[in-house]
Amino acid sequence: MTNDLHPVDRPADHLENAIELKEVMGLSQGQIVRRRFLHHRGAIVGLIVLALVILLAYSSVGFSFLGLDVPGWWRWTITDLPDIVNSGDPSTVGGVIPWGIHPFGQDDVGHDVFAMVMKGTQTSIMVMIVVGVVAMVIGIVVGAISGYYRGWTDQALMRITDLFLTFPVIVVGAVLGKRFNEAPPWILAVVLGAILWMTLARLVRGEFLALREREFVDAARVSGARPARIIFKHILPNAMGVIIVQTTLLMSSAVLLETALSFLGFGINPPNVSLGWLVSNYQSAFSARPWLFWWPGLIIIILALCINFIGDGLRDAFDPRQKKVPSAKAMAKADSNAAAQTTPMFQRIVGFGRSKRGSSK
Amino acid sequence: MKPMITFLVRRLTTSALVVLISSFLMYFLVAIAVDPLSTLRASTMPTLAKQQQMAHLTAVLRLDEPIITRYFDWLKGASGCLYGQCNLGTNWKTHEAVTSMLSGAVVTTVQLVLLATVIAIVVGAAIGIISALRQYSGFDYSITFLSFLMYSLPVFWVAVMLKSFLAIDFNDFIQNGGQFSAGWIIGAALVTGLAVGAACGGGRARLLRIGGITAALVAALMLYSNVSDFFVRPSSGSPLDLIKVLLISVAIAFGVTTLSTGLRNRKALYTSLTVAAIGGGLYYPMLFFWNGVSGSWLLMIGLAVVSAAVGVGVGYAWGGTERSRSARTGAITAVLVAAVLFLDRLAQTWYDYTNSTWVHGRPIATSGDSTPNLAGSFWMHTTDLLTHIALPSITLVLVSMASYTRYVRASTLEVLNQDYIRTARAKGLTERTVIMRHAFRNALLPLASVVPVDILFILGGALITETVFGWSGMGHLFVQSLHEEILDPVMGYLLIVAILAPLANIVADVLYAVLDPRIRVDA
Repeated sequence: MTNDLHPVDRPADHLENAIELKEVMGLSQGQIVRRRFLHHRGAIVGLIVLALVILLAYSSVGFSFLGLDVPGWWRWTITDLPDIVNSGDPSTVGGVIPWGIHPFGQDDVGHDVFAMVMKGTQTSIMVMIVVGVVAMVIGIVVGAISGYYRGWTDQALMRITDLFLTFPVIVVGAVLGKRFNEAPPWILAVVLGAILWMTLARLVRGEFLALREREFVDAARVSGARPARIIFKHILPNAMGVIIVQTTLLMSSAVLLETALSFLGFGINPPNVSLGWLVSNYQSAFSARPWLFWWPGLIIIILALCINFIGDGLRDAFDPRQKKVPSAKAMAKADSNAAAQTTPMFQRIVGFGRSKRGSSK
Repeated sequence: MKPMITFLVRRLTTSALVVLISSFLMYFLVAIAVDPLSTLRASTMPTLAKQQQMAHLTAVLRLDEPIITRYFDWLKGASGCLYGQCNLGTNWKTHEAVTSMLSGAVVTTVQLVLLATVIAIVVGAAIGIISALRQYSGFDYSITFLSFLMYSLPVFWVAVMLKSFLAIDFNDFIQNGGQFSAGWIIGAALVTGLAVGAACGGGRARLLRIGGITAALVAALMLYSNVSDFFVRPSSGSPLDLIKVLLISVAIAFGVTTLSTGLRNRKALYTSLTVAAIGGGLYYPMLFFWNGVSGSWLLMIGLAVVSAAVGVGVGYAWGGTERSRSARTGAITAVLVAAVLFLDRLAQTWYDYTNSTWVHGRPIATSGDSTPNLAGSFWMHTTDLLTHIALPSITLVLVSMASYTRYVRASTLEVLNQDYIRTARAKGLTERTVIMRHAFRNALLPLASVVPVDILFILGGALITETVFGWSGMGHLFVQSLHEEILDPVMGYLLIVAILAPLANIVADVLYAVLDPRIRVDA
């Protein structure tokens, strides 16, 4: 069994602690977090893939920012209607790798699907960031005020939060999307941000309730700091871990929410392109042209998955109790050098401060 | 008991207030979101006629009055539901009352959501516990990755994919005689062998042994299915089918005993084997019985209760010092064996169902919640329901299972670190007893507070699955009415959800307090 709970300290525990201690020795909190994050394989892979997707989406079909049009390197745009080549099938190298004139194929009018998907990806990324920022700001403000001031302010704000949680977000999103789907996409993103902040607000409130009782807050208060200063300078930095982690998770659900709404017709509509709209628009063609909704779906999954992995990595990095579990190989290697690495004094300290984690394989 | 009543009263009062406020907010939002005049405005009819029609519609829908007066009128009708005179308004296009539109839709949605939730909990929790028991193993990492993947799946995309690939491929498979190809057999055997082997844990030798046995078993079953045309005619009530049912029942008896008391408890093992034998003995009498009565779900539930009682009786008849434990094992086995008999009877209609004039040999439906005008027995209709509910519920299970897996995994890991588990192990209890009796129950406890709230999430997911699969459920009604700018059905749906949400929270709190003696409810 892997879960035998042996009360006696075992060399494996010391090893883990030794590795951990070596990791944190003489480093600042920020450095520890950064190091741990960089050692989280899933998160790094997620980060790299996400960066590549963003780069591809924005460089290929170009974008316009503040009235400035940046052209892309891709030969088609979403408005081009080239002749249908090879009955719209994706052009590939060796039948597998998408490449050539229409790597993702063409739809029945001739639109290049690659250009459409890239434009939709841009929309998803924009929605993700705007929702993240809006929800984070609202969540922090509501949570901080309610956790710091407590009392009736807290009661009132938390009841409002509960009220927002009454309906599944997709239901409220559909009603609001119905109202705002003529507006530019960023307005819809702001609206979605305004209905996704609740869990964050609750978590921030919890953090504030705990942190405001700590000595350093008392010290700040005694030395005459005003509430705003205490909240932003003293408490907020300490709650940042929870906030960042929750915001990333929220961003991935924002991608899924926006595409789902666009799929239902309550989100982003033409002339703007959304991945959800592409799937919805092409779903009747799935038997003849499956590639039309393969790619949009795949991009949505890649975006959401990458962000979830980054969030997981951040959570592990920010959690002080989290220990990195060395692989079996690393453990065996460290085992052979165990005697040389761990001194008796060190063992005593580590043994004393051992965390409660029981299963240790 | 008293604090519980005070708690309930207080929570129900605040919930009523929440429903009032949220319904007002939603009424306001929906009223500004829908624009019944939009189609008229866009139409190309002469201006005069257009203006007349617009004025007429405005008057009918009272669009010129402030939203708040319209809300109070709506509320007056809705509050009639408290004394049995519901008036949730009408669909202004078809003049159908919202209450009658909802009544059928609610049943459809409840079927879907309940089935999906139950499957998601059972499968998700099982995988979560196994994953926790094998922490940091290859199996655990694979499950973690898979649950991340499921978290990231867009519901609508999964639904469209299942509809276009799984359903069509399965139907083709049935239509072509239901024969597995060699590639399929090898692939399925390898995958299940690997998964089961990894889930059982242990060293490489054990993995290979268990995985090999499982793979061989799967391959044999698939070959047998090819030979016996299982997918064409899964059961025909022949003596061969009786032997199959008996074999499955005995396997269930062993399985349940292993998990419930361990095979060393002979009395329990004999109990469940007796129950399995009784099930086999009842095979032909039951077939005779089904021909005599017209089935209904009420009858089935009654029979399940009767079989559980029989199981308990057998357990007590075997006696011994641990009678209650045998009785429990007997009851669980009896219900499962009864379910096997039920499924066998259902399987006997499969051939007639797939080849009926309504189905044309393509059983898995991709749209609608039932085959229109299907005539036939209870069994026919049940098969029809199952073939229709399969895809939407698989979709919902796929997207909602991951959270249960993660949740149960975390809580199992926490429970396994508790002192009482250490004590249980120190007492020399077997690993099975420690896991099943001490860890399992406590690990599932937190689910009591998650599930009721999670049902709301699944309800949101049902919105999309119902739309994709053309189910005439509440979610579909909501989406369609919102598209067609009809306010009242939308508000009907929102009202039901608005009532469900606080109710789910109360149920979660009460359930937790009942199950966990450490938690006390105080208002």
